[in-house]
Amino acid sequence: MSPTHPGPEAGSAGPEAVDAAGLRARTAALLAAHDPATTPRLDFLRARFDAGLAWIHFPEGLGGLGAPRALQTVVDEGLAAAGAPGNDPRRIGIGLGMAAPTLLQYGTDEQKRRFLRPLWTGEEVWCQLFSEPGAGSDLAALATRAVRDGDGWRVDGQKVWTSSAHLARWAILLARTDPTVPKHAGLTYFVCDMTDPGVEVRPLRQITGEAEFNEVFLTGVRVPDAHRLGAVGEGWRVARTTLMNERVAIGGSGASGAPGETRETGMLGLVTDTWRARPELRTHDLHQRLLGLWVQAEAARLTGERLRQQLRRGRPGPEGSGLKLSFARLNQELSGLEVELLAEDGLAYGDWTMTRPEVVDFTGRDAGYRYLRAKGNSIEGGTSEVLLNIVAERVLGLPPEPRTDKDLPWKDLPR
Amino acid sequence: MTPPPSAASSATAPDLLYSEAEEDLRAAVRSLLTHRGAPATVLAEAENGRPYDAELWRSLASGMGTAGLLVPDKLGGQGATAREAAVVLEELGRSVAPVPYLTGAVLAVTALLGCDTAEDAVAAPLAALAEGRRVGALAVPLTTWPGARPTETVRAAGRRPLLSGEVTAVAGAAGSDLLLVPADTGLYAVDTEAEGVRITPVTSLDLTRPVARVTLAEAPGSLLAGPGRARAAVDAALLTGAGLLASEQLGVAEWCLEETVRYTGERRQFGRPVGSFQALKHRLAALWLEVASARAVARNAADALATGSVDRAVAVAVAQSYCGEVAVRAAQECVQLHGGIGMTWEHPAHLYLKRAKSAELALGTPGRHRATLARLVDLPGPQD
Repeated sequence: MSPTHPGPEAGSAGPEAVDAAGLRARTAALLAAHDPATTPRLDFLRARFDAGLAWIHFPEGLGGLGAPRALQTVVDEGLAAAGAPGNDPRRIGIGLGMAAPTLLQYGTDEQKRRFLRPLWTGEEVWCQLFSEPGAGSDLAALATRAVRDGDGWRVDGQKVWTSSAHLARWAILLARTDPTVPKHAGLTYFVCDMTDPGVEVRPLRQITGEAEFNEVFLTGVRVPDAHRLGAVGEGWRVARTTLMNERVAIGGSGASGAPGETRETGMLGLVTDTWRARPELRTHDLHQRLLGLWVQAEAARLTGERLRQQLRRGRPGPEGSGLKLSFARLNQELSGLEVELLAEDGLAYGDWTMTRPEVVDFTGRDAGYRYLRAKGNSIEGGTSEVLLNIVAERVLGLPPEPRTDKDLPWKDLPR
Repeated sequence: MTPPPSAASSATAPDLLYSEAEEDLRAAVRSLLTHRGAPATVLAEAENGRPYDAELWRSLASGMGTAGLLVPDKLGGQGATAREAAVVLEELGRSVAPVPYLTGAVLAVTALLGCDTAEDAVAAPLAALAEGRRVGALAVPLTTWPGARPTETVRAAGRRPLLSGEVTAVAGAAGSDLLLVPADTGLYAVDTEAEGVRITPVTSLDLTRPVARVTLAEAPGSLLAGPGRARAAVDAALLTGAGLLASEQLGVAEWCLEETVRYTGERRQFGRPVGSFQALKHRLAALWLEVASARAVARNAADALATGSVDRAVAVAVAQSYCGEVAVRAAQECVQLHGGIGMTWEHPAHLYLKRAKSAELALGTPGRHRATLARLVDLPGPQD
C-alpha cells in the first residue's frame, strides 16, 4: 500500500521508512493519485486518511503510519503547498483533540475502524457529554444514570456546556452505572448516538449574547453495549485521558504565551496596535499597566518556548500545568485594559444577537466580546482554582485537603 | 565583551535550557556552597563585620575558576559566557552567599573588557581579577541602571592623575583591592591601599552584599579608557550586570519557594499540615508559576548576552522587570508562610528578604526597566 520512492536525501532508509524523506515521497504519491484541483474535497480527505497521512503518529490502517508526531509538519506543509483541502480542525476540535486520543487508547478494533475515519475527515462531528449542572469541577460526582437494558444501556440525565452538540453525530458520554460504590468507581464511558430520539439539544446562551454551547437532555437514550469504551466502572480512568488532552488543547489555543509564537501576538497584539495607532487614548495609568502586562505576556511566551525546547529534548517539564493559568489571566487583564483604552468606543458592543458560531475565535470580533469571552478562559477545561490545586499537589507535592467524599458510596453523599 | 549587533545571531531562537556542562558547573558550585555556605554560616559571617567570606571566595574564584568565566582564555580567564556566569549566580542566589561575584566577577570584569585589552594598563588588572588574585569593584552607586545619564562625581587632575570626589552606595567596595572609578576624564583604576582612598561601610539593608561610601582625596589612579569609551564600557557592564542579576534573583526566589513548600508540608496546625490548606496551596502554586517564568526570562537574558543578540537590551529589560519582583514576592511569601519563625533573626528567611529587596533596587528598579522597554519596543507614554 505504500508508495516507495525514497528521495535523494533518504540515504540508506528502506522502502518502509517513515522519516522525512519517506513522508515527502508518500505525500507526493497521494497528490499524484488524487489531484487536489480535480478531486472532490471529501474524496481527497478519505484518500489522505487511507494513505496514513492524516495523523502520522496513529497506527497504520487508522490514518497513520506509527511515525513520530513531530514529522506531521512535513506532510502538512507538502499538502498545503499543493493546495490540498484540509479537514477544518477548528470545526471538529473535540473529535480530534479529545474523542480520537481516547478512542485510540481504549477503543476496540471495531470501534476504531468505525469511528476514526469519518471523525478525522469531518463527516461526523463529535461532542462531549461530561459536565452537568451538579458536576462541574467535581466531575466525578455526575448523576446521569446508565442502566442495563437488554444487550445495551438506557441513559437518563442532563448535560451542560456541550459545544457542537447541535452539529454532532456522536458524543463521548460519561455516565453513572453503579451508585452504590464511591463516586470515581461507579462511572462508565460510552459513545452516544446524538440522533437517538431521546436526545434533546437546547442552546445555552452565554454572556457574550451568542450560544457556543448547549444543554443536552437525555431521556431513555439507547446505547448498545458495543459502544462502551473501556470496562464497566472504568469510566473515570478513561475520562482522564480525554481531559488531559482537553487541557493541552485549551492551553495552547492561540493564547499570548502559546509555544512557538513571536512577540505581541493574540490579545496583546490587538492592544499594542491600538496603543500605537491612537496616541490620544494614552494615559499614564494605562501606560504603566500595559508595560506590566507586556512583560508578563513576554514571560509567558518564553515559558512556553522553554517548555517546547524541553519537549524537543525529550524531557518535558511541569511548566505545562501552569501555562493555561497564565493564558487565562493575561487574556482577561489585557481585554479589560483594551476596553478602558478605547474610551467612548469601549462603551459600545458589536452585537448581542443570539447566534450559533461553529468556531470560537477568542481574539475575533470587538473588544467588548473579547473582554466577556475571556472570562471563560479561567473556567473552561478546569477552573484556575482547580489547576492551582493540581500544581500544588502534583508539582510541589503539598498534602491534599482532607476529604469526606472519596470513600462513601455515591448515593450516600450529601447533595 | 558583546559583539556588535551586526554579528548577532537573532535569527535563531534563544536556547533557554541548561547544557550538560552548565549542569556540571551548577553541581560543583552547589556542592561547595552546601559544604561551606549553609545559611547558619552565612548568618554568622554577616555578623562578624567582614565585608565578605574570603575563604569561600577563594575556593569559588580561584579554586573553581569562576572569577574568570567572562574573560577570554588569552586574557587569563576561562573563556566561557554569560550563560555559565548566570548558572553560578543562580546558585549564589540560592544560598545568599556573601561573596563579591556580581560586583567583581561581573561588573568590574565587564567594565575592563570594554576598555582596550591590548593595553597593559587594562590587561594586567583584568588578569588579576580573572584569576581571583585580586577583587575589583565598579565605583558607581548600585542603583545605577543601564542607559542612565552618567553623573561622574569624581574629578581627575594632573599629568599623573590624582582623583578626588565621592561615590555613594557602592556594592563590593569594602574588602576590594581595586576600584574602577568613572571620572570626568575617563575610567580609572585605583588601588584601595593607596593614599587618599577611604571606604566607609554603610550599615546596609542587605547583610550579605553591603554597600559603602567611597571617598577619594587626591588618590592616584591609572587611566583605563578616555571619556567616550569609558561611558560605553560602564554602560555595557551595567547591562550585563542587570541581565545576570536576574539569574541571582531567580536563585533567591527558588530557595524561598522550596523552603516554604518544605516547611508548610511539615508544620502542623489545626491537626493537619498547614500546606494542605487551599489558601496556602494556591499562593505557593502561583509563586511556582512565577518562578518557572522567571527561569525562562533569566535564561533568555543570559543567552542574549552570551550570543550578543541584537535583542539583548530588550531581553535584559524584560528579565529585570520580571525577576526583581518575583524574588521579592517569593521572599515575602517565605516570611509570611513561615509564620512567627519567619520573623526571627535565627531563621535565614530575612537574609533572602533583605537580598531580594536590595536587589530589586540594584542596577535599575523594575519600573526603570519597564520605562526602558517602552522606548525599546515603541510603546510611548502619553504626550504631555
